[in-house]
Amino acid sequence: MNIVVLVKQVPDTATERKLRPEDNTLDRAASDGVINELDEYAIEEALLLKEKHGGEVTVLSMGPDQATDSIRKALSMGADKAVHLNDDALHGSDALQTAYALSKALGTLEFDVVVLGSESTDARTGVVGAALAEYLGLPQLTLAGKVDIEGRSIRIQRQTDYGHDVVEAELPAVVSVVEKINEPRYPSFKLIMQAKKKPVQKLTAAEAGIDVAKVGLNSAATEVVDAAAAPPRATGTVIKDEGDGGLKAAEFLAAKKFI
Amino acid sequence: MTEQRGPAAPAPDDFLAVDAALTGEEQAIRDTVRDFAARELLPNVADWFEAGTIPDPRALAKAFGGLGVFGMHLTGYGCAGTSATAYGVACRELEAVDSGLRSFVSVQGSLAMAAIHKYGSEEQKASWLPRLAAGEAIGCFGLTEPDSGSDPGSMRTRARRSGSDWVLDGTKMWITNGSVADVAVVWAATDDGIRGFLVPASTPGFTATTIHRKLSLRASITSELVLDGVRLPEDARLPAAAGLGAPLSCLNEARFGIVWGAAGAARACYLAALDYAGTRVQFGRPIAGFQLTQRKLADMVVDVNHANLTAARIGRLKDAGQCHHTQVSFGKLANVAAAQRVAAAARSIHGANGITLEYPVLRHMLNLETVATYEGTEEVHALSIGQAVTGLPAFR
Repeated sequence: MNIVVLVKQVPDTATERKLRPEDNTLDRAASDGVINELDEYAIEEALLLKEKHGGEVTVLSMGPDQATDSIRKALSMGADKAVHLNDDALHGSDALQTAYALSKALGTLEFDVVVLGSESTDARTGVVGAALAEYLGLPQLTLAGKVDIEGRSIRIQRQTDYGHDVVEAELPAVVSVVEKINEPRYPSFKLIMQAKKKPVQKLTAAEAGIDVAKVGLNSAATEVVDAAAAPPRATGTVIKDEGDGGLKAAEFLAAKKFI
Repeated sequence: MTEQRGPAAPAPDDFLAVDAALTGEEQAIRDTVRDFAARELLPNVADWFEAGTIPDPRALAKAFGGLGVFGMHLTGYGCAGTSATAYGVACRELEAVDSGLRSFVSVQGSLAMAAIHKYGSEEQKASWLPRLAAGEAIGCFGLTEPDSGSDPGSMRTRARRSGSDWVLDGTKMWITNGSVADVAVVWAATDDGIRGFLVPASTPGFTATTIHRKLSLRASITSELVLDGVRLPEDARLPAAAGLGAPLSCLNEARFGIVWGAAGAARACYLAALDYAGTRVQFGRPIAGFQLTQRKLADMVVDVNHANLTAARIGRLKDAGQCHHTQVSFGKLANVAAAQRVAAAARSIHGANGITLEYPVLRHMLNLETVATYEGTEEVHALSIGQAVTGLPAFR
């Protein structure tokens, strides 16, 4: 089974994140890049599928040069090879354009299943999986908390607020995962040492067959017009216990619909 | 006038950017160990220290083995084959959590596995190294005895010929992981000098007892080994080990890890103090704003970065095959002393809080008492450097 896992490099959530004042796109130089956290779960799920069904795991990442670090980490976790879609024309692409570009890059690969994290910690649109499936004309199985493949049939548990739905499709398909699905492994030192030798294919927009008029900041369907820092956290509610502290705490939680 | 952008301000946790000289793989290994330590070790280590043990050493060994940290700079037999520097970095990151956890890795990789890798037969290597590397088996290393520490040549453990077998009698002391080990590398005096033996823990006559009531290295299992008529076949002997130089060369491997580990313990104490000083308010402002505290912090920054530079230099010498054992002595002497200074200053910045297990500083300080004397005391390393520069041995 050929499994492609999509990996995005995002700014480390532990550091301060900034937009570039000139075009309100992410200032990738301002903070360290790390693998988008949910993508680690996607990598783990891809590796588990490979361990169960055999085949090969290919990492596909779209991003500038420094995304190499995240690709390397995915390879250190056990992926077999990688494709790095890297082109200046892609700068500033929004979620829809990203899905389009990734669909074209996937067109250069043979795959049975595409696995990705259900959203990224930077833009948090959460639509790339669904949009990608549309561009590819494939079934979308989103928010998966469990994935089972039998023959050419794939079945997931789609996590919902009330529990889960069971969703089935025929392969090939696009699956986005949530963090409930597994516990990502640590890269092993042996694989870290091997990662350098694993093939990483560089792909330009032209090589992927991407129409550059359809990608990049200028033709994006959405635009970041303004950004503001999050307001400082308001002071919490203090309940003074005068014999009825428990009751007041319960009332507070009930008002917030926690109980 | 155009604004000139100067170099970036130094990072508080790596003031001289020592880690910038690490390779990509070494940085990846550092990040992996840090991540693992933060999630799997740091939340538990104070409890383990308080309990005076590692509650599930088998599970810990498997987790370490899964990462590939055991014998990571050895080649073949399931070992990762990293640089010596990468091994040092891993030791540094583990000892930033606790010296006991680094000791676990040192003993398995640098003592037990390195002894087998360097002096073992092909059969011994194939039989033990892959399991030890994966953490499926635990190894220990028996050289020190109750009455034989800095002078290991005075050991009383004897190995006598009995037909084609060997029979071992004696006692080994302060053996990390002795009572949970599957195999012990035991050094014994024979008529032909000191020899090494692989003793499976199940061998009749072999017993290991855990040493209790320690006030240092509490998140570590320390044992006494008793060998009472332990009968071993000739193929249990490490064929390439002849004389005291063999175990001493293993200790030199482990000391290399300590050079790095001490830098990690120092960094952890300094960062804890920096954080505490920034949030502890007295006389209306954070104590980090007082000159006396800043002097302590500045001295810590100097000690931590000196220790890191020393470790990094010795690492590169070792990677180049150019590291003399007296240079490792230099590193151990310098870095453990630096770590002890940093730990003491950090504990003072923490005030009363510094004596609790809520903060890491006294735990490190107590651990460093062991680190200062095991694998060669400060005095022995001073004499080793003294001999190297004067040509005059002053050991006896």
